[in-house]
Amino acid sequence: MSDEASHETRPAHGLDAVDVSDLLRSVERPGSGFRVATTLLLLVLLGAWVIFGRQLLYGLGVTGLNQPVAWGFYIVNFVIFIGISHAGTLISAILRLSNAEWRRPITRMAEVITVVVLGIGGFHPVLDLGRPDRMLNIFSAGRLQSPLLWDVSAITAYFMASTVYLYIPLIPDIALLRDRGARPQWLYKFMAWGWRDTPRQRKVLERAVSILMVLVIPIAVSVHTVISYIFAMTLQPGWHSTIFGPYFVVGAIFSGIAALMMVMIVLRKVFRLERYLKQIHFDNLSKLLLIMSLFWFYFTFSEFLTAFFGNEPSEMRVFFYKFSGPYAPWFWGMVVCNFLIPVVVLSFRRLRTISGIFIASTAVVIGMWLERLNIVVPSLANPRLPYPSGFYVPSLVEWAMFVGGIATFMLGFVLFARFFPLISVWELQEGREQAVRETMERVESYLPDPRPRES
Amino acid sequence: MARWGMTIDLDRCTGCGNCMAACHQENNLAAVGAAETQENRAFHWLRVLREVSGEEANLEVTYKPVLCVQCDNPPCVRVCPVHATYRNEEGIVGQVYSRCIGCRYCMAACPYNAKVFNWYEPEWPGDLQRKANPDVSLRPKGVVEKCTFCHHRVIRAREQARAEEREIRDGEVTTACAESCPAQAIVFGDLDDPDSRVSRLARSPRAYRPHADLGTRPKVVYLAQQE
Repeated sequence: MSDEASHETRPAHGLDAVDVSDLLRSVERPGSGFRVATTLLLLVLLGAWVIFGRQLLYGLGVTGLNQPVAWGFYIVNFVIFIGISHAGTLISAILRLSNAEWRRPITRMAEVITVVVLGIGGFHPVLDLGRPDRMLNIFSAGRLQSPLLWDVSAITAYFMASTVYLYIPLIPDIALLRDRGARPQWLYKFMAWGWRDTPRQRKVLERAVSILMVLVIPIAVSVHTVISYIFAMTLQPGWHSTIFGPYFVVGAIFSGIAALMMVMIVLRKVFRLERYLKQIHFDNLSKLLLIMSLFWFYFTFSEFLTAFFGNEPSEMRVFFYKFSGPYAPWFWGMVVCNFLIPVVVLSFRRLRTISGIFIASTAVVIGMWLERLNIVVPSLANPRLPYPSGFYVPSLVEWAMFVGGIATFMLGFVLFARFFPLISVWELQEGREQAVRETMERVESYLPDPRPRES
Repeated sequence: MARWGMTIDLDRCTGCGNCMAACHQENNLAAVGAAETQENRAFHWLRVLREVSGEEANLEVTYKPVLCVQCDNPPCVRVCPVHATYRNEEGIVGQVYSRCIGCRYCMAACPYNAKVFNWYEPEWPGDLQRKANPDVSLRPKGVVEKCTFCHHRVIRAREQARAEEREIRDGEVTTACAESCPAQAIVFGDLDDPDSRVSRLARSPRAYRPHADLGTRPKVVYLAQQE
C-alpha cells in the first residue's frame, strides 16, 4: 500500500542521483571504519591460523577428536556453513522466479552470503584431513561411489553456479561504478566487460539470469541432500535414515533465511539503508522463516518419533544420549532456539519488530548449529554394543578455527561492501521504471477476462 | 583361493590380554602413552573388552576380544573417497597407508569401531623401534590403520606353499593373536575349506557373527559363552 502511495508522489523515472550515491556510499566514500574493520578481522584470522599451525605441525592430535568420536567441530561447521549458503542463491532464485517484486533490495546480499560461506564451508573438510598434503588424491584416485566425492562435485558445481549468478547481475552496477570514476578503475573496467547498457546487452543479461536461476535451484537442493548422504549412507544409528536428505535441505534453507536477516539487519544499521530495507521486507522473510521453523519441527518430530517407537537398542542409546543424557542441554537448547523462540516471536505482529526478528534469527542460527552438533557427535559417541560410549570436548584449535570461520564471513562482507554495491542499483532502478506497470498488468491478467461482447 | 576367517571361543577366553600384546609387537603398533589413552586414543588393532554384570556382591566379568571382523561386505570400503581401503580376493580388508588422506570416513562408517587413527606422529619408545617387525610397514601420522589378519604371514605361507607346489595346509598359517593365546580361544584358517578347523568351529551351534543383521557378513565368528 505505502509503496504505491509513495510511487505516485515521486517522479516515475528511476532513482535520483541522491539515491544512487546513497547506495554507492560504501564504495565511493568508505571512511576509516572500513580500514579498522579489515585490520581487526585480519588479525583475528591471523590468530586463528597461527593456532591452527599446531595442527599442521603435530597432527590432528591437537583437536579434541578421539576414538570413537572421529568427527567433531570441523564437520559440524562444514555442515552449518554449507547450510547457510542456501540462503542466498536459492532464496534469491526462488524470489526471482516467482516474480516477488520485494526481492529487489535483498537478492544481492543473499548471493554474497552464498559465495562467501560456500568458500568457508567447502574448505572445512580440508581442515579435517589427517593428510591435507594428499588432498589431490581425491582427483587422482577418486572413487565416485563415495558420498564424499558426491559432495566435492556438488559443492564445486554450486560454487561455480552461485559465483556466476552473483557476478552476472553485478555487471551493470560495475559499469555504473566505472562510469562514475570509482577506483581502482582497472578493476571496474575489467569486470564490467564492456557493458554499455545497450538493449541487446540487457536482453542477453536477463536471459542469462533467467537460465541461471532455474539451473541453480536443483544444484542447491542437491548440495545439502548430498551432505546429508555422508551420514545417511552409513549404517550408523541416528544417521541411517531416508528422511535425512529433505531434513538437511529444510534445515539449510531455515538457517539460510535466518542468517540472511541477521546480515540485512546489521548492514542496514551500518550503512544506513533503512530507506531500502523496510519493515515489509523483514515481514515477508519472517513469514518464510516461520514456515521453515514449522517444517523443521515436523521433520525433527518424525525423525525422533520413528527412532523412539522402533525401540531398537542401538538407536535408543543415541536417542537417550540426546534426550536425557550428556547432550540433553544441546538437544533441548536446539528445540528452544529453532522452534519456541522463532514461533513465539514471529507469530505476533507486536513482537515482529526489527530487534525481535534479529533475536529470532540469531536463535535460529545458533539452534541450527546445535542441530548439526546433535547429529554428528552423539551417533559417533555411541557405537553399537559392546563398545563403550565415547566423549568429545573441542580443543582450542577447533574453537580458533570456528572463530576464524566467522571472521572470514565478516571479512568477506566488508571487502564486498568496499568494492561493490550491497544493493543492486540497476534492479532497483528497473523496479521504479517498469515493475509497477508490469505488476499491474500481471494482476490484471489474473482477473477474469472481460465478457465477450454479444453480437 | 582361501577365504580367511577366525573363531573366538568366549568360553575359553580368560581376558589375559596376551593377544593384544602379541598384536602390538607383530604389527609394529605405536605406543601412544598413558595421557593419550586417557583421551580415548588408545591404539589397538585388537582390544579385549570387559563386560561387567550382576550385583555388587556377586559381580560377573566377561571378556571379549574385538578386532576388525573382515566383512565380506565392508561398509568402510564403500565410503572411502580414494580407494585407500579395499577388500582383497582372499577376503581381507586392507588399508593403503600411502594413499589414505585421513578423512576418517571409514572410521565413522564402521559399525565395529575397528579402525584406528594416527593422531600424532607415531612413536616407538625405548628399543621398540629396533625390535620392529620388518615384514610390516610403519605408518605415518594422519592415516587410518587396521587389523590385517596378519596378512604378511599369509603371504609368507603362500610363497612357501607355491615353492613346494602344494596348497596351504590348514593350521600352517595363523595370526599373532591366535598364536599367542594360552587358552587357544582363537582359531584362524580358511572358511572355504569345509574340513578346516575354523570351518568346523564356525558351524558350531554356539557360533554367531557380530551384528550379522547389518548384512556386513563378518568373517570373525564368536562361540557364545555357555558357562
